[in-house]
Amino acid sequence: MSKDFSVHVEHVTRVEGHGNIILDVKNGKIEKLQWSIVEAPRFFEAMLRGQHYNELRPITSRICGICSIGHSLASLKATEDALGIKITNQTTTLRRLAIHAENMQSHILHIGYLVAPDLVGAGSVFSMLGKHKDTVLKIVKLHRLANEMSDLICGRTIHPIRLIVGGFSLIPTEKQLIELKKRLLEAQELTEELAPIIQSVAGALPSFSRETEYIGLTSNEEYALYQGDIASTDTGRHPAHREYKEIMQEYIVPHSTAKYAKHARESYMVGALARFNLNSKQLHPVAQEVANLFKLKAINYNPYMNTIAQLVEFSHSIQDSIYLIDTLVDQGIKQEKPVKPMKKAGRGVGIVDVPRGILVHDYTLNSKGYCTKANCIIPTNQNHANIQKDMEKLVPEIINRPQKEIELTLEMLVRAYDPCISCSTHYLDVSFK
Amino acid sequence: MKQKPRVAVFDFADCEGCELEIADLEEEVLDLLEIADVVSFREVMKEHSDDYDIAIVEGSIMRPMDEKRLRSIRNHAKILVALGACATMGGVNKIRNQWMPDEVIKEVYGDTNLKGNELFDVFQTKALNEVVPVDYYVHGCPIDRDEFKSVITAIALGKKPDIPRYPVCVECKKNENICQFELGSFCLGPITRAGCKAICPTHNSPCEGCRGLIKKAETDCVKEVLERYKLSYEDIRRRCTMYNYGRKECSYDE
Repeated sequence: MSKDFSVHVEHVTRVEGHGNIILDVKNGKIEKLQWSIVEAPRFFEAMLRGQHYNELRPITSRICGICSIGHSLASLKATEDALGIKITNQTTTLRRLAIHAENMQSHILHIGYLVAPDLVGAGSVFSMLGKHKDTVLKIVKLHRLANEMSDLICGRTIHPIRLIVGGFSLIPTEKQLIELKKRLLEAQELTEELAPIIQSVAGALPSFSRETEYIGLTSNEEYALYQGDIASTDTGRHPAHREYKEIMQEYIVPHSTAKYAKHARESYMVGALARFNLNSKQLHPVAQEVANLFKLKAINYNPYMNTIAQLVEFSHSIQDSIYLIDTLVDQGIKQEKPVKPMKKAGRGVGIVDVPRGILVHDYTLNSKGYCTKANCIIPTNQNHANIQKDMEKLVPEIINRPQKEIELTLEMLVRAYDPCISCSTHYLDVSFK
Repeated sequence: MKQKPRVAVFDFADCEGCELEIADLEEEVLDLLEIADVVSFREVMKEHSDDYDIAIVEGSIMRPMDEKRLRSIRNHAKILVALGACATMGGVNKIRNQWMPDEVIKEVYGDTNLKGNELFDVFQTKALNEVVPVDYYVHGCPIDRDEFKSVITAIALGKKPDIPRYPVCVECKKNENICQFELGSFCLGPITRAGCKAICPTHNSPCEGCRGLIKKAETDCVKEVLERYKLSYEDIRRRCTMYNYGRKECSYDE
C-alpha cells in the first residue's frame, strides 16, 4: 500500500529529559526514523577536573535527580577504588539498602506515574484520579515509602547527604530500622494488591520481540545491584572491572545524530529487563511469583516488559531490604568513622547497576587528591542504540495502523526504557552530514 | 474565589530533581491542585497548553536555542518563577564557566567537529535572570518541598513569598547541631541563605552553599563563628567550589 505520513514527537512526555521521535513515511516506505536527544549538554567530566575527591560525590549526584543515589554510589566506589579504601561490612549493607531504596523509588515512579497512564488510556497520573483513584493512592503510598526509606538511609532522596567517601556521615538508629521493616512488610501487601491490577491492564503493552544482547552486573552471592562482575547474555562474565570500555564500546553512525553503544551485536540493552534476563534465578521467591503472574520468563526479548521487570524487582527489593535490616539489627548497628584513604593518587573505577542499568564512574586523582580526569558511562546512553534498532523492526510491523496508534506505540517504547536523558547529555547528538 | 491560576512547569539544563521534589509531595500535590490548575508539566504529563499564568522554570540556560525558548515562555507567562539552584543562579552548571565553552567541549567530546551543530552551540552557563526578568525564586539544590509549597501558595493567592535573609547557621543552631567547624569540616553555612532547615549539617555534612550567598553585611550575626575559626568572608568565599562560581552576593529580590 502507498501511504505518506510523518510522526514527529517533539519532547516525548513522561520521560526524564528532552528527546524527539522522527518518522517520515513516503509511499508506504520509511524515509527517516530516528530517536534523537536534544537536551543541552552539561559537561560533568570537564567540571570534575580540579575538584577534591570529597567533592566528586556531591557534584556527580547532580547529574540526575532520579538516580542521584546511584550516581553517588558509583562515584564513591570509584573514589574509594582510587584511594585504596576498603569499606566496612556495615557500610556495604547500608549502601545495599540505599540502592534498594532508589530502585524502589525510581521503579514505582516509572510504573505508576509514567507508564500506568498509557495502560488505562490517560494522559497523566492526574487524569487517572477520576476513574482509578484507589490504584493511584496505592502507587502514591508505595512511592512515599520508597522516598522515606531513601531519606532515612541517605538523609535525602534527591541528592543524598549521608553517603560520603569511606562510609556514612550519619546512620539510622536501630529503632528507625525496625520501624522501616514494619513499613516494608505493609508495602509487600500493597504490592501484592497492585500487581494483579497492573496485570489486568497489561494487555495494553504491545507484544513485540527483538532478539538483542543484555548487559548488567552479576554476582554469585545475590541478585546484583551494588556489586558484581559485568556480564552479558551473549558472552558471559567479564570480571576485569577497569576494562569496562572493552564491553561498553561507543560508536557513531553517520546517518544518525545519536551516539550508540555496542558489544557483541549492533546494540544492547541495560536495566531491569537486562538484569532479569541475566539473574532471574537469584530473585526472592516472592518476586518470582510476581514474574509468574505476568508469565515473564528469562530470556524475554520484549522491551515493553521492562516495566514489568521493574515491578518484579520492586518486590525483590522489599524482600532483600527486610533481610538486610534483620542482619543490621542482629549484628548491632553503630556509628563508624569513615575509613581513611591508603593513598592519594591513582585511578579508580566504580560500577553499580542502578534503576536504568549498569553505570560506571572512572576517576584519576593526582598526588594531592584532586581529580584530573573523569569518565562516566550512563545507562540511558547504552540503551539509545537499542531503542533505535527496536524502532527499525517495530515500525514496519505496525505501519498500516492509524497514525495516532503508531505515535503512541513509539512513545510507549521510549518510555518502556525509562530513559534518563539529563544523565546522558554529555554524549549527545553528534551530527555527521 | 476568582478563577484558579493556570500553572505550567518547564525545564532546561539540569537534573530535573526539583521537578521530582514536586512529584514527591505525593498526596500534598492534590492540595496544590485545589488552588492552581497544572496545564503543562512534561516530566509527568502528556497534556500541554500554552495558555498559562504562572511558569515554573527549572534549569540553566546553555545555548541560543534555550534562550529563545525561555523568552517565549516569558512572553506567555504573567509570572515567572525560577525553580532550584540551576535556574536561580546557574547551580553546578556554572562550575564549567572557569573554562571557555570550546575547551569543555573538547574535554568531553574529543576532537569531533561540532561546529554548526546548534545542539552544541553552547555559551557560558547562565541563570534565568541573565536572560529574562524573573519574578520569584525557589532556592536550593534540590528545593525544599515545604518552601516550594509556601512560595507557590503565596503567589497563587497574590501575596509576596517570604524568603529568609539570614544565614544557614541560624537554622543549624535551632536544630542544636554541633558546629561543622567544631568537627573539623569547612562549612558554607555562615554565608549561605537559610530556608533549607540546615539539612546538610543536620546530617553531619558541611553546607555547600546551594541556596546562594547572603549579603555580606548579614554575616555580622555569624561574626563569632568566623572569628573563632579565624576566617574572613573572603576565605570562606574561596571555599565555594560547587555553587556560586563567579557570583556576587544575592539581591534580596531573589
